[in-house]
Amino acid sequence: MSLSVTAAPRAYKFEAVPIAIFLVLALAPVAASFGAESYLLGLFTRVMIYGIAALALDLLCGYGGLVSFGHAAFVGIGAYSVAILGSHGITDMTVTLPVALIVSAVFAFLTGTVCLRTKSVYFIMITLAFGQMIYFVAGSLSPYGGDDGLTVSLRSTLFGFPVFENDRALYYGVLLFLLASYLLCRAIVYSRFGRVFRGARENPTRMATIGYDVFRYQRVAYVIAGAIGGLSGFLLANATEFVSPAYMSWQRSGELIIMVLFGGLGTLHGAIVGAAAFLLLEDLLSGVTENWKLIFGPMLVLIVLFARGGLLGLGQSIKERFSRG
Amino acid sequence: MAEPVPNPVLKIENLRKNFGGLVVTDGISLDINAGELHAVIGPNGAGKTTLINQISGLLEPSAGAIYLNGEDVTALPPNRRAALGLARSFQITSVLPRFSALENVALAVQARSGSSYSFTGRADSETALNDAAMQALTEVSLESRADVLAAHLSHGEKRALELAIALAMQPKLLLLDEPMAGTGPEESERLIVVLQRLKGRFAMMLVEHDMNAVFALADRISVLTYGRILASGAPAAVRADPAVMTAYLGEELE
Ligand SMILES: Nc1ncnc2c1ncn2[C@@H]1O[C@H](COP(=O)(O)OP(=O)(O)O)[C@@H](O)[C@H]1O
Ligand SMILES: [Mg+2]
Repeated sequence: MSLSVTAAPRAYKFEAVPIAIFLVLALAPVAASFGAESYLLGLFTRVMIYGIAALALDLLCGYGGLVSFGHAAFVGIGAYSVAILGSHGITDMTVTLPVALIVSAVFAFLTGTVCLRTKSVYFIMITLAFGQMIYFVAGSLSPYGGDDGLTVSLRSTLFGFPVFENDRALYYGVLLFLLASYLLCRAIVYSRFGRVFRGARENPTRMATIGYDVFRYQRVAYVIAGAIGGLSGFLLANATEFVSPAYMSWQRSGELIIMVLFGGLGTLHGAIVGAAAFLLLEDLLSGVTENWKLIFGPMLVLIVLFARGGLLGLGQSIKERFSRG
Repeated sequence: MAEPVPNPVLKIENLRKNFGGLVVTDGISLDINAGELHAVIGPNGAGKTTLINQISGLLEPSAGAIYLNGEDVTALPPNRRAALGLARSFQITSVLPRFSALENVALAVQARSGSSYSFTGRADSETALNDAAMQALTEVSLESRADVLAAHLSHGEKRALELAIALAMQPKLLLLDEPMAGTGPEESERLIVVLQRLKGRFAMMLVEHDMNAVFALADRISVLTYGRILASGAPAAVRADPAVMTAYLGEELE
């Protein structure tokens, strides 16, 4: 009988993968400069921005068992913070970034207080409901474009310097935020807090009877994930120079879940791979045919069904099969 | 002048619990003193697990009160009761399947040592937590299985892990819900020895069907049928009680 010994969560075992991911992302602009630079830069900037949101979602789903179907709400809140402040002439990230983070964190705290009282499918439904609520709120903000959305006339500055003006600078700025988010989530997973959070997913009753207020730990994690979602939105508004209610639609929330499943649940770096795979596939297929969604949908289902650990897990299970001989 | 009588570790007053029309706890009062092992026996469905669930805070009683060391805890959630020194095991094994045996116990230690709102460092390499956890595993002879995932432990080992988790909480009161359920005679013997060694360190409530264990360990026995205490007292007295004999042997006498 073989007994696998894993005191540490799965992600710890293959450090090479996250390092490779960040190396590729760091070097991508160099490669892009030989081809369609602005197109590729834009695409990878979006990959990283959605990667940040997916990362936070993986923290919730993959480690806490909290499948949120409303995570795009936080992205939208972050993005709208930039756009609304911008429309009033406030563009410096010393203001816009904290506002984006704080507003999304507060929204996470308030909605988390309600959502986290429920379990499993009810949790999914109620996070979805809150997501839709904020979607309709954004659509009704007529001074800020209503359903049509709102353009961001100036990318965020830092102490007045237009640090995001250049696409390449924006790219590396986003990469830094992605790295910071990844390292933060990783630290959380292994920390005392993370261990309690992971334990709560395995057996909340046991955790309560050994002395943990499970709800409070989950709410803290929910707030952190919400703030990281807000960060993603802050960057998204800068990258697209436009915001609209569509950023927080339930479809977007669903796409974030698919990204996480795509890359492999509960690995963190898998969320980045998942975001890349999702956006690249979407981009590729939409270039081939107008009815790309007809191909894309079933493909997603197949990958999620057959690659249990996502794309990374697929590689792993093939390796295992061969090494077993 | 009379010495002030110390509070019992656990005091239950007139506890009632009904599920709809079904009365499962029907006015139970009992107490457990420091260091005492109080066994609760009774047929399946008598309401023993429901009683333990109310004491540990997983179920809200319909009426009555529960005191821990004199403090009314009837309205406190389970985690607060745990912080006051209440630990329990579950009749149906309740551990964290994808954590190692050591981490299962280390989490119980962590709950009692410093803040868990810490977001840096590796919890699984905190020596102080691991050492204390290892000590609890050693108490139940599980130290050689420390690194095995709880899901991969045998049934008997999981029962022992349940106990180690509770011990690591350094309880003042330990509630054991059929710790020997489903274990073989050898493992039961081993567990009796472990409990014998623990006896006296803290107050214990032992719910158990294994009469060897109950009569070997108990200072006091309460017999529960239909949510009521039929008899309560020293083992010898309970054994000789005619009402108990009828309740337990009733069907055969008919
Ligand atoms: N959540 C519940 N809802 C309804 N009935 C319950 C519930 N929990 C237990 N019961 C009933 O209460 C009675 C006592 O159950 P229990 O406390 O588990 O007994 P014991 O542990 O003594 O075998 C049983 O008849 C059981 O079916
Ligand atoms: Mg029972």
